[in-house]
Amino acid sequence: MRFLLDDEQRDFARSLDAMLTAADTPAVVRAWAAGDTAPGRAVWARLAEAGVFALAVPERHDGLGPLPLELAVALRELGRHVVPGPVVETVAAAALLDRLGTLGDEATAANWLPGIASGKTVASLCLISGNASGSGCGSGSGSGESPYALDADSADAVFVVDGDTVRLTEVTGPVQPSADPARRLSRPLGGTVLARGPRVSAAAAHAAEVAALATAAQALGLGRALLARTVEYARQRTQFGAAIGSFQAVKHRLADALIALEFAEPLVHAAALALAANVESSGAEIAAAKVSACEAACSAARTALHLHGALGYTEELDLSLWIRKARALRGAWGTPAACRARVLAP
Amino acid sequence: MDLDFTAAEDAFRTEARAWLAGHVPSVPLPSLETAEGFAAHREWERTLFADRWSVVSWPEAYGGRAASILEWLVFEEEYYAAGAPGRVSQNGINLLAPTLFEHGTEEQRARILPPMASGEVIWAQAWSEPESGSDLASLRSTAVRTDGGWLLNGQKTWSSRAAFADRAFGLFRSDQDGISAGKPYRGLTYLMFPLDADGVTVRPIGRLDGKPAFAELFLSDVFVPDADVIGEPGQGWRVAMSTAGNERGLTLRSPGRFTAAAERLTALWREQADPGDTALRDRVADAVIGARAYQLFTYANASRIAAGGTLGAESSLNKVFWSELDIALHETALDLLGPYGELSDDAEEAPAHGSWSDGYTFSLAGPIYAGTNEIQRDIIAERLLGLPKGRR
Repeated sequence: MRFLLDDEQRDFARSLDAMLTAADTPAVVRAWAAGDTAPGRAVWARLAEAGVFALAVPERHDGLGPLPLELAVALRELGRHVVPGPVVETVAAAALLDRLGTLGDEATAANWLPGIASGKTVASLCLISGNASGSGCGSGSGSGESPYALDADSADAVFVVDGDTVRLTEVTGPVQPSADPARRLSRPLGGTVLARGPRVSAAAAHAAEVAALATAAQALGLGRALLARTVEYARQRTQFGAAIGSFQAVKHRLADALIALEFAEPLVHAAALALAANVESSGAEIAAAKVSACEAACSAARTALHLHGALGYTEELDLSLWIRKARALRGAWGTPAACRARVLAP
Repeated sequence: MDLDFTAAEDAFRTEARAWLAGHVPSVPLPSLETAEGFAAHREWERTLFADRWSVVSWPEAYGGRAASILEWLVFEEEYYAAGAPGRVSQNGINLLAPTLFEHGTEEQRARILPPMASGEVIWAQAWSEPESGSDLASLRSTAVRTDGGWLLNGQKTWSSRAAFADRAFGLFRSDQDGISAGKPYRGLTYLMFPLDADGVTVRPIGRLDGKPAFAELFLSDVFVPDADVIGEPGQGWRVAMSTAGNERGLTLRSPGRFTAAAERLTALWREQADPGDTALRDRVADAVIGARAYQLFTYANASRIAAGGTLGAESSLNKVFWSELDIALHETALDLLGPYGELSDDAEEAPAHGSWSDGYTFSLAGPIYAGTNEIQRDIIAERLLGLPKGRR
């Protein structure tokens, strides 16, 4: 057993971190929220060049994957830098198409997967109902189903799973503002049928697992960034003649935030390994990772907001971009209750 | 990255499981915190030792199997999954033995370790004093030079199971200069002494449920020979702290305890819970997730050590996590048991022979011993997050 990331995986994470630091992602997020997706697409293209989306696509469709662990490593870095756009939905759509392909629908898979791998195609995915049984966080409401597709207004392809049918949707309803302004939500309307039948249900269940894992990994990165920024602030902010980070009440909240993140991370890694090995326990492992990582991120967000004082309650502080995303991811692709139920499902 | 066990590790697991299946008492032993239970647990240590299962990670010369960390974790998983008794020798095995391996002499190891492994000599800690708890370095009990050794004086307290144990180990002030210099951790010496020695008075203290789990020790001119000093006189703080991470880190509470308890909790929940009670379901799920997270976190640490790394302040993360997990898990079990949840572990009708009740009481001590969780959070904040030191 060597339950540690190897040098190559660490280097990959470091290079993404460096690239995204240089990309000034907070400005990119603010532009995305205002409807200007061009800077976001430029970042997307660089991520694709680094191989991020290819990790979700099999080699036979010009990808490098599927490599769930490397994908989780990458998504953590994207979360750390609050990269906007349907990142999770794109890799989940790749999982859906890949699985449809292996179940006999190679033409559909071949039509879309190379574009996803190369970064040319930004995809969104929406599970409207049903058929997520066996998915990351159970079935029924809360298991990753939603009437909304993320960033469907700007995506190149919007895939919608409704029952045992998958459609490609061209028309979406008006954007419903999310509490995280970088998440542009809208209802997919109509569309052309791409595939139908039991294989769609199986592929959708797989896609929901990948989406839950990717969301968990992203949440981990968000939490790490929230903690790092808040530690930095607590070292510099002075009250009563001392750095507030020297006070126990402040220290202990930050220590608790670190503990939650440190214990969520191995759950994410183990879930990725389970998904890669295609073992039966992968659904429960992913659910455990999803609920733990998202709760760790949300609690880091609460701590970050609080320790920044009134400053943390402002929109203009970039911290707000992380705080609001952490809350949104908690409910996306598996609510806490659905994930916990899945952990105990027989 | 993988979570795979080797064929040898799997074989080790199979061997441990088979031995435990043949030897674990079918009815749990009486509570470790009573005279009767202490004797029964001592006997169990002898049984373990006879087949070399009491100290698997030690060298063979001292009764172990030279097991790797991972094999030790495997053994612990099997041990608790089998419902095997608590370890009455744990203070010696987890705290004193690592100190002897690192700082003891060959003579001390040969003399002390085999009877520790067999349960013939059971060790208690003598750290805390009435005025020195979290601020351990402020301790006042003294060790004064005498012909051929030292004379101990003072008072130690909260010494777990010292009412029944044979010997104790702890820190004593052998030089007062550190205090006046404002460096209280200087001038401390690590010593071992028999609890039945002349000048030692042991007074049992009941824990929350009345069982005499603790004792306070009054020491009056207790003679300790030089052979029972560990490391250099005056260097006791460094000696003690070098292995403190063992207690908080890997060895004190292995993940096997919690994965086994979480499985029993899940079984109880499936048998007895109202399926509509989703609040309770969520707490059971959290116990399962917490135990799994702790197991995986430990596998990662074991991998790090196997790759040549060390554990420092990271062990404080562990200590806070398992101690809070333990309480939450047992509270959930008691809630699940409804009217039976309040029965004492001594009650004839207590579910699972009182193990949930006893486990709950024991769990309440977790955030206090081995360095309070407040001290651990300070360590995490200062040494892992780099926050400035401040007043405690």
